[in-house]
Amino acid sequence: MQALYAQLLVGLINGSFYALLSLGLAVIFGMLNVINFAHGALYMMGAFCAYFLLSLTGLGYWPALIIAPIVIGIFGMILEQTLLRWLTGLDHLYGLLLTFGIALIVQGVFQNYFGSSGLPYAMPDELKGGMNLGFMFLPIYRGWVVIFSLIVCLATWFLIERTQLGAYLRAATENPTLVRAFGINVPRMITLTYGLGVGLAALAGVLSAPINQVRPLMGADLIIVVFAVVVIGGMGSIMGSIITGFALGVIEGLTKYFYPEASNTVVFVLMVLVLLVKPTGLTGRAT
Amino acid sequence: MTALTDDTLPATRHAMRDEMIVFALMAVVLAAVPFTGIYPFFVMQALCFALVACAFNLLIGYGGLLSFGHAMFLGTGGYIAAHLLKVGAIGVPLWPGTWITIPFPPFTPELALLGGTFASAVLAVVTGYVSIRRQGIYFAMITLALSQLLYFIYLQTPFTHGEDGIQGIPQGHLFGVLDLSKPITLYYVVLAHFLLGFLLIFRTINSPFGEVLKSTRENEQRAISLGYKTDHYKLLAFILSGTIAGFAGAMKVFVAQNASLTDVHWTMSGEIVLMTLVGGLGTVFGPVVGAFVIIAMEQYLAGFGQWVTVIQGAIFVACVLLFRRGLIGEIAHLLKRSL
Repeated sequence: MQALYAQLLVGLINGSFYALLSLGLAVIFGMLNVINFAHGALYMMGAFCAYFLLSLTGLGYWPALIIAPIVIGIFGMILEQTLLRWLTGLDHLYGLLLTFGIALIVQGVFQNYFGSSGLPYAMPDELKGGMNLGFMFLPIYRGWVVIFSLIVCLATWFLIERTQLGAYLRAATENPTLVRAFGINVPRMITLTYGLGVGLAALAGVLSAPINQVRPLMGADLIIVVFAVVVIGGMGSIMGSIITGFALGVIEGLTKYFYPEASNTVVFVLMVLVLLVKPTGLTGRAT
Repeated sequence: MTALTDDTLPATRHAMRDEMIVFALMAVVLAAVPFTGIYPFFVMQALCFALVACAFNLLIGYGGLLSFGHAMFLGTGGYIAAHLLKVGAIGVPLWPGTWITIPFPPFTPELALLGGTFASAVLAVVTGYVSIRRQGIYFAMITLALSQLLYFIYLQTPFTHGEDGIQGIPQGHLFGVLDLSKPITLYYVVLAHFLLGFLLIFRTINSPFGEVLKSTRENEQRAISLGYKTDHYKLLAFILSGTIAGFAGAMKVFVAQNASLTDVHWTMSGEIVLMTLVGGLGTVFGPVVGAFVIIAMEQYLAGFGQWVTVIQGAIFVACVLLFRRGLIGEIAHLLKRSL
C-alpha cells in the first residue's frame, strides 16, 4: 500500500507539471495560434536559471521561484517580439516549425556546455524531511510542489476567467480585430500572454529542479507527453487543461504501480483511445 | 489563411515534361556517382533519407498534413528488415504475455525488404486511422505522440536490443545473384530502389488521386461538397507515405548494417521535416536536394558535437522566417517552372 501511495504522489507531481505546461500551451495557442514547441526548452531554462542563481549569486530557492519565471518570461517576450511576430497571417504549422527550431537551438547550446548529465539542485531547508500521515510517509517538498502548482493553476484560471484583464484576453482570442477597434493594444497583450505562458513553464522548471536533476534535455521528452495531454484535453478550456493534466499524472502513477512496463506509454495509449471515441478531445470544440 | 504550400505554381502544360526532364537528369547524375570518386556510402545514405523526405512531402506538400512522426516508419522498416535478415524467427502473440516463436531461418534480402515495408504499411494503417481524425496542428502533435509511443515500445521489446540496436547485419545476395556486400553493386541496387520509390510518388502526385488530394489541401469543405470522401483520400495518402518511408528505412539497413533507436527518435522526425523544408515543401525535387544538403552538413560538421543541433535549429528558424519556398521552390519561382 505504501508503494501505491508513493506512486500516486509521484503521479500528482508529474500531473502538476503537465497541468502547468499544458495550461501555458493553451493560453499561448488561444492568443497566438502557435503551438509552442519551445515550451519544454523554456521549462529547462527555468530550472537552469534557478541553478545559476544559486551557483553564481547565491540566491536560493525562494528568490528563484520568483526571479526565474520573470527572467525566462522576458526572454520569451523577446522571442515573441523578434521572431514569432513575423508569422502573423501564416499557416499555424509555421509556428510549430519555428518554435521547434528555437527548441533545438536552446537545447543544443545547453548540451554543449553541460553535456547530457544532470546537475544537482539542493532542496530548500524549510521543505526538507517528511511527515508521517499514518497511511504513508509524505516528503514535504513533494507535497509542496503539488499544492503550490494547484494554487498557481487556479490563480491563472481566475486571472483569465474572472478578471477584467482576462475578459480582454478572452475577447482578443475570439476576435482580435474587434477588440483592437475598442482601443485595446492587442499586440502588447499577445506579447504579455506569451510571457505568461513561458513564465508558467519556467516556474514548473524551478519546481522540478530539486526533484529531477537539472538537465539540458529535461524538457525535450516531457513536451511530447504534454502534447498528448493537450490532444486528450483539448485546448478550449483552462480548467479542462488543469484537470486533464493532474488526472493523467495520477493515471500514469497508478500504471507505474500496477503495470510498470506501460508507465512510459500509458498517456499515448489514452490519447489513441480518446481520439477513437471523441476526436475533438474531452473538452475541446470541433475544429 | 495562407497554406503552407501556397507558393507552389499552378500546374502548366509543360509541368509534367519539365519534371520528367529533371528526373532523367537526376537519374543520370546519380548513376555517374561511382565514377566521380565521391564517397558512395554518403550518397547511399542520402538517397535513403531523400526517399523518406519525398514520402513525407507527399503528405504535407500535396495533402496539407504535417506529420511530425515519420521516424516511426523509417525505424519500423529498418528494425523489421534488420531482424529478418539477421535472425528471422518471428514471435506471434497468442495471448497477452504468451508468445509462440516460429523459428524461421534468416530471410533473403528481397523478403526482408518486403517484410520491413509490409510492417510499416500495417503501422501506417493503424496510426493513419487514428491521426487523420484531427487536422493541422493537432495532426502534427498526434503523429509526434504516436512516434514517441513506438519509440518506447522499441526501447522495451527484446528483439531490438534496446540501446545497442541490431548490429552486424549480413547484407546477403539480392535475388540470389547480386552481392550486396560489394559497394558498387549495393550502390546501384539502392539507386534503383530510390528511383522506383520516387517514380511511384511522382505518379501519385500527377494522378487523379493526387488531384483530389490537392483539392483537399486547398479547400476540404468544397471537396466534400463535390462528393469526395476526403478522409479516405487522406488515409490512403498517409498509408502510401508511411509505406514508402518504411521501404526506405528497410533499404537503409543494407547501407548502414545496423538498426538503432536513433531512427525512431523524434529528432529524426524533425530532421525529415527539415530536409523537406530546406528543399521546398510541395516541390517534386526539393526533398531530394534537402536530404543531400542536410546529410552533407551532418557529415562535415560531425566533429562539432551538439553544435550540429544548434545549426539545424537555426536553419529551421531561417527557413520559416525568410526562405519559406526552400531551395527548389525559389529556383522554380525564378524560372516560373514547376519542379
